Amino acid sequence: MLRQLTLKDHFLEYHLFSSRAIVMLLFCGLLLLVLFSRLLYLQVIEHEHFTTLSEDNRVKLRAIAPSRGLIFDRNGIILAENLPSYRLEITAEQVDDIPSTLAALEEIIHIREVDRNRFEKLLKRKPRFEAVPLRFHLSDEEVARFSVNRHRFPGVDIQAGLARHYPLGSLGVHALGYVGRIDEQALKTLDSSNYSGTTHAGKTGVEKSFENLLHGTVGLEHVETTAQGRVLRVLRRTPPVPGNNLYLTLDSRLQADVEKALIDYAGSAIALDPKTGDILAMASMPTYDPNPFVNGIEYADYTALREDEREPLFNRALRGQYPPGSTVKPFIGLAGLEQGITGYKSSTYCPGFYTLPGSSRKYRDWKRSGHGTVNLDDAIAQSCDVYFYDLALSMGIDRIHDFMQRFGFGKQTGIEIQGELAGLMPSPGWKRARRGEPWFPGETIITGIGQGFFLTTPLQLATATAALANRGMRIKPNIIQSEQLAGDSTLLVRERQRDEAIAMNNPAHWDAIIDAMVHVVHGERGTARRSGLDSPYRIAGKTGTAQVFGLKEEEEYDAEAIAEKLRDHALFIAFAPVDDPQIVVAVVVENGGSGAGVAAPIARAILDSYLLDKES
Amino acid sequence: MRQRIPSGHMDASKRGWQYQLHIDAPLLFALIGVSILGLMVLYSAGGEDTGLIQRQLARLGLAFAGMFAIAQITPRVLQRLTPWVFVIGILLLLAVLVMGEVSGGAQRWLDLYIVRFQPSEMMKLAVPMMVAWYLADARLPPNRYELLAGGVIIVVPALMIAKQPDLGTSVLIASSGFFVLFLAGLQWRLLGFLTALAAAGTPLLWHFMHDYQRVRVITFLNPERDPLGSGYHIIQSKIAIGSGGLFGKGWLNGTQSQLDFLPERSTDFIFAVLGEEFGFIGILLLFAFYIFIVVRGILIATQAQDTFTRLLAGSLALTFFVYIIVNTGMVTGLLPVVGLPLPMISYGGTSIVTLMAGFGMLMSIHTHRKLLPT
Repeated sequence: MLRQLTLKDHFLEYHLFSSRAIVMLLFCGLLLLVLFSRLLYLQVIEHEHFTTLSEDNRVKLRAIAPSRGLIFDRNGIILAENLPSYRLEITAEQVDDIPSTLAALEEIIHIREVDRNRFEKLLKRKPRFEAVPLRFHLSDEEVARFSVNRHRFPGVDIQAGLARHYPLGSLGVHALGYVGRIDEQALKTLDSSNYSGTTHAGKTGVEKSFENLLHGTVGLEHVETTAQGRVLRVLRRTPPVPGNNLYLTLDSRLQADVEKALIDYAGSAIALDPKTGDILAMASMPTYDPNPFVNGIEYADYTALREDEREPLFNRALRGQYPPGSTVKPFIGLAGLEQGITGYKSSTYCPGFYTLPGSSRKYRDWKRSGHGTVNLDDAIAQSCDVYFYDLALSMGIDRIHDFMQRFGFGKQTGIEIQGELAGLMPSPGWKRARRGEPWFPGETIITGIGQGFFLTTPLQLATATAALANRGMRIKPNIIQSEQLAGDSTLLVRERQRDEAIAMNNPAHWDAIIDAMVHVVHGERGTARRSGLDSPYRIAGKTGTAQVFGLKEEEEYDAEAIAEKLRDHALFIAFAPVDDPQIVVAVVVENGGSGAGVAAPIARAILDSYLLDKES
Repeated sequence: MRQRIPSGHMDASKRGWQYQLHIDAPLLFALIGVSILGLMVLYSAGGEDTGLIQRQLARLGLAFAGMFAIAQITPRVLQRLTPWVFVIGILLLLAVLVMGEVSGGAQRWLDLYIVRFQPSEMMKLAVPMMVAWYLADARLPPNRYELLAGGVIIVVPALMIAKQPDLGTSVLIASSGFFVLFLAGLQWRLLGFLTALAAAGTPLLWHFMHDYQRVRVITFLNPERDPLGSGYHIIQSKIAIGSGGLFGKGWLNGTQSQLDFLPERSTDFIFAVLGEEFGFIGILLLFAFYIFIVVRGILIATQAQDTFTRLLAGSLALTFFVYIIVNTGMVTGLLPVVGLPLPMISYGGTSIVTLMAGFGMLMSIHTHRKLLPT
């Protein structure tokens, strides 16, 4: 009976099934409709959007760094070049275990602490699949050793590139400067798109100051890459434009002689061509080798350089500020003549000291016994202090200040190397503003012999001396002789700039002062007469011995007894030949003791090197 | 002997080679067509690796051979074997849960010393067979008790497989069982009730989900949330399909697939390679084959001569469609990522053998019919 109830009705079941199958097919059709709407949306409506995304995936822009312009001296001797160099790079995404890879690499390649630190720093902020350099400047031996072991290091590769090299080492390093790796701080000041492929930029000197000329323009490569960043092919390429070559005004032979003359001292010497302002030599001693800086100097080496008491990293030529001492006497004398305060014939009696009227304080002359009766010419040639004490006091600080400023004292010379300091040409206004004190007459007196607050840089001294040599024509010191565009042999000579000329009411004043300077070197009683002996050309010069610390009134200066650090700075300014000045020299020897004894012979050596060897 | 056969009954030999070999030619040709298209896409997706193609060919050969073999078994025998297959399947699933091999974070495999075997594959066929078997003698539409029993037959293995965890297969098995019930005449009212219940149970489902499954759901809802992590697959596959456009970038020229941007491009995401290289036109071609196969399967079902074969054939055809829609829905970003291959196209897996065994059953059902007098 139960069986009877459950008897199947095949016809009914068939229809039931058929209707259900049709419902399901319709349902499937509905799902297909949704799917195909989706496909049409993706493939037709949003097609362009996804094409863009797909291209963005596939095509990567790769920056190609331009090759940096070369630097030559005025005679075409190369000072900074680019040498092929191999660096070791690691693509972190392709390395399983970085610490163990580094450990294994260390067995075949020397990895320093700095390398490791830099690598870890770069690793943290690099984009995906970008290789990070671990070592630069692999030696040929290291390249060979790695190549043999390459199979052990997936994701580690050797890349060839160019690296800056300074073939003459420390020569002229303070002028030339060096490049170093671009750090985060440098990134802020550089154009990030133009530097996207660049690893190094100028850090000091010409390398830094002319970065925009030396660097060039970045090139671009559109490359097709896999998802892993492997480059398959180059789709499009805009080649980089190399940086311009620079020819400096430096004469590397003269520079070498200058550095040799100064080798035992800390100090600076500048040689420039008074007609053009070209800096022929610019030395700051002691020097250092810039090459280790290019790819990160070893920390210990850097510390040693920084902590060296003689401060080799300090660019004395532009940043050293020294009291000019007696080297200012020709300028003060010229001021006296020009302002009618003194004349060629008017003389002063020098008893060996000077006192302000109504005061008992004695301002001593360097010569205790005194120079006797001296006129301006004698006072310059013998460097009589008393004469200039008197002259300065008569002139007054304001007139001294205004006149000296016209020669560039207290102002930057405008050389195109960054970091130049201005020295200090004191005035009552300055003293009030900076120290809140009034100006005292005694300060005028010592300003007259280049002491007190008065500070100059060696470059300032040289340019001021050039203005004397040029009888008022003022040149701007110049470090770039010419520029050479990439792939072009023509040299574009840089235009020389001049500052406002100094006009004298009576041009004969120039001759009087220059004659007096000639007497410094060639006169019977000239302070630098020993340096003028046997000179085949005539030199105009002036010695200077600048006090580093003040002696008390009755104290005796005893060079042997005081520490070297406190010994007087020795200075000398000169130009030659007198009739047709071709070279101006300024020498500052820190704690050298005496301008005549130390600085003048160095200047003579520089003049000889330039004027005699040049002709031979 | 011939005289004893009534005039309407004809000998198989008289009905042509298809009936002699128990082959359904339209289905066979469509399957071959899909396979050829699949091999072409796979050749490109696999980076022109001929070794890969050879292995896929071998697997296809095995699958087609299995299909032929199963097609020779009469539906009567299939029906008689069904309870045994189902019980053995359940036992194997138990064995997997107890001592199965962990692979890829999931416990799906049973090491039979000779071959590694995935019992859940077997259940893809065993579940609809078992439900159809259970309803074979029932008076349809099924009553409440029969539906309940059918539900148990479906839910028990589905849950066991979901526990492995293999949500994709579990959903597939549950839907294949459901199709049997639906085709058997599951009442609309009850269907509405079940749908409401499922909707209400969704938060509960969330509670029981594994972390990785939750991530998949979240990623599905917002793939941009983690574009380089969990969202990467779907973002890249959408880029591949979208950039393919109407006509595609050309065979072997898909940049998304050739340059490794598209993950799992030989397996679960191969549909994106098709979309990128052959465009919308290529997808239409593939769906022409797919729709033909599904419709052919439904047609075979409507022509089946008894309840068991009718329900089984209908369920197999519809399950095949679910395969397609779940995979393509996932690759196009319509559905969350569930690990289901694109049938006949994706590389590897034992699923292709199971799938073809199902088509073997369809062929068997179609070619073992008795001709009834008209």
